[in-house]
Amino acid sequence: MNLLLLVLLLPLAGFLVALMIPRSSPDGSRNWSIGVSLATFLASLGLLGWFDRGIAGDQFTVDLPWIASPDIHFHIAADGVSLWLVLLSTFLTPICVLISWRFIQSRVKEFYAFLLLLEFGLIGVFIAQDLFLFYVFWEVSLVPMYFLIGIWGHERRIYAAVKFFLFTMAGSVLMLVAIIYLYNRTQTFSYAAILDMLASGRLTFSATEQMWMFLAFFVAFAIKVPLFPLHTWLPDAHVEAPSAGSVMLASVMLKMGTFGILHYCLPLFPGAAHQCAPWIAVLAIIGIVYGALVSMVQPNLKKLVAYSSVSHLGFVVLGIFSFTQMGLDGAVYQMLNHGVSTGALFVLVGLLYERRHSLAIADYGGVATSAPWLSTVFLITTLASIGLPMLNNFVGEFLVLQGAALANFRWAIYAAIGVILSACYMLWMYQRVFYGETGDEVRHHVTDLRLREWAAVVPLVVMMVWMGVYSQSFLPPVSKTTARVLDQAQINVPFRVQARPHTEVARAR
Amino acid sequence: MPVSAVASASDLIRFLPEMILTVMGTLLMVIDPLLRKRSSQAFGHLSLLALAAGIGGAVYAYSQAGPAFGGMLVVDGFATFFRVLVMVVGILTILPSYGFLARQEAETSEYHALLLFSIAGQCLMAAANELIIVFIGLEISSIASYVLAGYLRTDKRANEASLKYFLLGSFATAFFLYGVALIYGATGTVNLTAVRAAITGQDAPPVVFVGLAAALMFVGLGFKVSAAPFQIWAPDVYQGAPTPVAAFLSAGPKAAAFAVFLRIFLTAFEPIGSGWEPLVWLAALLSMTIGNFAALQQNNVKRMLAYSSIAHAGYVLVGLTARSSIGSAAAMFYLAGYAFMNIGAFAVVSHLSGRGEQYQNVDDLAGLGQKQPLTAAMFTIFLLSLIGVPLTGGFFGKFYIFKAALQSHLVWLAVLGLLNSAVAAYYYLRILVMMYMHEPGQAVENAEPLTPGLRLALILPAAGTLFLGIFPTWVLDFAGKSAMLVR
Repeated sequence: MNLLLLVLLLPLAGFLVALMIPRSSPDGSRNWSIGVSLATFLASLGLLGWFDRGIAGDQFTVDLPWIASPDIHFHIAADGVSLWLVLLSTFLTPICVLISWRFIQSRVKEFYAFLLLLEFGLIGVFIAQDLFLFYVFWEVSLVPMYFLIGIWGHERRIYAAVKFFLFTMAGSVLMLVAIIYLYNRTQTFSYAAILDMLASGRLTFSATEQMWMFLAFFVAFAIKVPLFPLHTWLPDAHVEAPSAGSVMLASVMLKMGTFGILHYCLPLFPGAAHQCAPWIAVLAIIGIVYGALVSMVQPNLKKLVAYSSVSHLGFVVLGIFSFTQMGLDGAVYQMLNHGVSTGALFVLVGLLYERRHSLAIADYGGVATSAPWLSTVFLITTLASIGLPMLNNFVGEFLVLQGAALANFRWAIYAAIGVILSACYMLWMYQRVFYGETGDEVRHHVTDLRLREWAAVVPLVVMMVWMGVYSQSFLPPVSKTTARVLDQAQINVPFRVQARPHTEVARAR
Repeated sequence: MPVSAVASASDLIRFLPEMILTVMGTLLMVIDPLLRKRSSQAFGHLSLLALAAGIGGAVYAYSQAGPAFGGMLVVDGFATFFRVLVMVVGILTILPSYGFLARQEAETSEYHALLLFSIAGQCLMAAANELIIVFIGLEISSIASYVLAGYLRTDKRANEASLKYFLLGSFATAFFLYGVALIYGATGTVNLTAVRAAITGQDAPPVVFVGLAAALMFVGLGFKVSAAPFQIWAPDVYQGAPTPVAAFLSAGPKAAAFAVFLRIFLTAFEPIGSGWEPLVWLAALLSMTIGNFAALQQNNVKRMLAYSSIAHAGYVLVGLTARSSIGSAAAMFYLAGYAFMNIGAFAVVSHLSGRGEQYQNVDDLAGLGQKQPLTAAMFTIFLLSLIGVPLTGGFFGKFYIFKAALQSHLVWLAVLGLLNSAVAAYYYLRILVMMYMHEPGQAVENAEPLTPGLRLALILPAAGTLFLGIFPTWVLDFAGKSAMLVR
């Protein structure tokens, strides 16, 4: 049995069994889903063990014919980037199960079933090697998230859920057109085969063709990232979703977009990507600064974290479109960092909400007195999110800024403003929530971490420190893959400036 | 063409499904007065039996494929595909009818007999190779369905639906007949292959005549498939007709009319394809756009499904616009997937509508996910399929249709069509929102539990929808092979 296939199918099997668990036994659903998600995580650790870090190409390949005409394969494989994103998904799912343990009291069975289905869809998106299969997973992951937001969310959940679904759908149908167009040109959905054709020159796109297809893919991904100005669904969805939904949405789902840009847009349409890069970089920088500024004035904790995501994801996009080894490495690293630290922020905000039943910053104050451990963990997460050295985000932001500076020094200057602003809004939020007078409500209700909650936050904190102190455990396979993407992204592109002088430095690091 | 007065054995075998259905329909009416206690259960069972036998007959006829009655009928893969499809539609219509008719206290044999006659007409259309036979099949199918639409005699809306359907329907049939007359006048034949030969031949009739005839037939068939701009009748009729009948109307006659559409336009009128392509292109776009945008405004689920069925007719027309065997195979596949998901959706509505069909609004579905999880789950599958989410038949249908369109370089039609399907997601989602994200309302509280028959009526189409979504190869292969024969 192929290990990657096992990692993919475990959540699906878990979902199918979860549907059979009787409604009357919510604890059965909880125990089952924590068991399945932990088993999946363990299996994915096996992936890590057997992954050959010396190879840039795909590993753990499974290629089965699915539909004969048109020729569609069930073809999955992992490379250095998707490996980490799969691990991120399997790592966060048990945490989501833990933090929903008490919070989700109605329709428990369906909740956990959808969570497992979501995990299946997300893992599939990262490892699909057949364009059609990729689209299938892309859409399949949409459905459980829609229900998670719509059923278990807060007051405006329905609006948020429908908006989320429609935004994604509108983008992805255009991508479908492009996928079909690609098929009609190449007679295959196999991503590797298409890349081969491009590399060998058997397949060439005219400039207009390339631009349209690039845009069709890119808009679908940019909505998911979300890139300014397509971000408006995000604050609604994040704020209204239940904690577990927010965590999965911010930490993993947004990465579907950035992963798509990196994995599909650049290698398939290098010319158009280079042509659009300045525009996209500008949008990314606007997103960075705008997201940070809007975060600053949010009275709502979740909304603040949500807009900070817009800002952080701007860095990722900027890094990708710097077309430098460092920028790409930083972008991928930042995807993982954001997954861990923003995921942790949503977890902690969820814990606060469970206690105080409010997301308004004004309803808090002095939490540090009544819940010191919670406050400490929150502080570490806040500092990680700001990008304090020795914590994870610093590494990613540093690499992205350096990559951006190599490509265009002014980009780095403007983007750095976002780093400063993030310190402002995060610390200010921390100050208002955790310091100051302890109100009665807070004193009575906001208690410290329980055992189950410790179990959820400790792994996150460990990862933040580990990823900040010793990035070498994570970056080498990423660099291998991004270097390959950069090579692919140079096919048919007339390069005036060789923008990769420091590749060797980055590799040696 | 000389036709021998005595039908040969192979003629009769190729005519098996129509004969079985007609005989059984008549039999139903005969035994009705003989039964002391009128029981729709028995009628239902008998018609299911008839349809199963009909499907067997159709498959057997396919093993003896070929022309029948001197070329008036042709039994090929294409005909068999549609014959089986409309009979499956019939089965899926009868299953939810049990409970529905009992609830409305309207259990008679006429209902089932008319259904069988209508399906017999549709089988005839599927196999017709002459315009006159097409017309006869169309009339058999239509007249039975006019009556079915008004089957609940005391219901005002049903009466309105029936009358509207009848008046506009006969009007459209007249258009079709004018087209047939013109073709006969211009070419001296009504046989499709002969017409094609006459059009392309040495002394071809003036293209004006042929074009006009094609346009007239397009109007007539456009009405039958409820394509814009001939769609006005559909919402009123679907809303007013008894729900199982509405389900039937939206799938059966439509599939048969599309069969005729494909056969006529891709055989007889294929040589003048570049002439009618813009017309169909426009009708496809209009149908999708009008259907979807009008559906956004609806509160009545049946009416919403009616508008959505207009939009889906538009998608199928895209397959016709592609003018390729891939396009018609895609259209065939789409119609099969559409039959499952749409009948399933109507079956849910018929289950919940209650006595006198009082609960038909989107709001009435509130909280269904909590009270009847199975019903809601099945409805979710149908709705996701109608939206076009992968792993459902609806998605593969759309995928193949737009793939065919792009292959025929209809890039704009494909882009606009797919954007349309994103718009459509909104109104289908409204139903999902109601079912899962609101507290149960009166309609759901009063809903009867699922009977075994109804459970089957929901699970069968859901299984079909998922099957077509996960293993589309078999049906698509067959459609692909049969679509070749059209040309």
